[in-house]
Amino acid sequence: MVTANSELGYNSKVEGGVIVSRADAAINWIRTNSMWPMPMGLACCAIELMAVGGARFDIARFGAEVMRFSPRQSDCMIVAGTVTYKMAPQVRRIYDQMAAPKWVIAMGACASSGGMYRSYATLQGVDRIVPVDVYVSGCPPRPEALLDALMKLQTKVRSEPSASRLLSA
Amino acid sequence: MSADALTALKAKFPQATDRASADHPAVNVPLGDLVAALGFLRDEWAFDLLMDVTAIDWAEGAAPRFTVVYHLLSTTRAGSYVRVAANCAGTDAEPTAPSIVSLWPGANWHERECFDMFGIKFEGHPDLRRILMWDGYPFYPLRKEFPLAGIETELPVADIQEETGTRVIAAPMMGGPFVASAGEMNLTDAEPRAKDESWADRATRPDQTPLRQVKD
Ligand code: SF4
Repeated sequence: MVTANSELGYNSKVEGGVIVSRADAAINWIRTNSMWPMPMGLACCAIELMAVGGARFDIARFGAEVMRFSPRQSDCMIVAGTVTYKMAPQVRRIYDQMAAPKWVIAMGACASSGGMYRSYATLQGVDRIVPVDVYVSGCPPRPEALLDALMKLQTKVRSEPSASRLLSA
Repeated sequence: MSADALTALKAKFPQATDRASADHPAVNVPLGDLVAALGFLRDEWAFDLLMDVTAIDWAEGAAPRFTVVYHLLSTTRAGSYVRVAANCAGTDAEPTAPSIVSLWPGANWHERECFDMFGIKFEGHPDLRRILMWDGYPFYPLRKEFPLAGIETELPVADIQEETGTRVIAAPMMGGPFVASAGEMNLTDAEPRAKDESWADRATRPDQTPLRQVKD
């Protein structure tokens, strides 16, 4: 829709107030630019997550600044920190309570693989309990890395067959 | 100071003996005298702050197997810090010690942690539940027989385990535990590594020809 050749695709003098596009493109455009995160801040990585929300890195540039502390209002769970086995069921419960469509970013070594905690108490990667879309390396990842993960996720969402999924749901 | 307090303690409780210690003075007392001895230090010698309650597991089959250790600090007499140790009673599976929550309310969570990690039952504790691991976890992780990687068991919530098919597993140790080489000045060499790092060796997949080496 908002591409360099939009002049070719849409000319208001000719077509008036009508825009022709694919439903997928329209739906995905809406979804990618208001991806409200569920901040699952469980350990030190959450500090970097807060920095991403601050003015310096400003995740608002990507439409994801509205941290929702209610799973019902969020689209993307950012698991930032060490997930212990004691906490793992709660992470899954909150994921289950999020309304579809929903995505998950595993931020940092701990969330991705258990990180340095190869021990009896730590879940060895949050992908054992929730499906993960993007993994971010680092301990902790730089805020830029999380922004990159968000952009990667947006790229992924842009190519999803949203319309057919909505119709078949 | 600390040593005077322990001298007075030994005069009052003749069964108390000196305990080897690298820094602060320490004393062994019989389990029966423990609460009275700690109360004596608190009331007569102004050890008003209980810093820590911890335990030692000497080894499987050792007698005594478990020892509880109390760290006391005085906030009014500068530099006063002592440790009091006592061997636990009870069996190896269920060692016991008296609770000192009546002396320091702050002992509550310390004793819960000690119970959680070593399985020491503190008799008279108002609410002896696990504090770090979840209720129903079947092991005591700081006991000598418990492996660092853990033991496979159930997740705390049954329906989540069913839904995800995930259990509490023994963590992959990848040749670990990871130990730092002491005395190495070069930070890269001193980094913690596993004794056996063969898992990190590059191997070619059977169906793949090795990458062409660039020759100069
Ligand atoms: S990856 Fe590192 S910074 Fe992030 S939660 Fe784990 S230990 Fe903390």
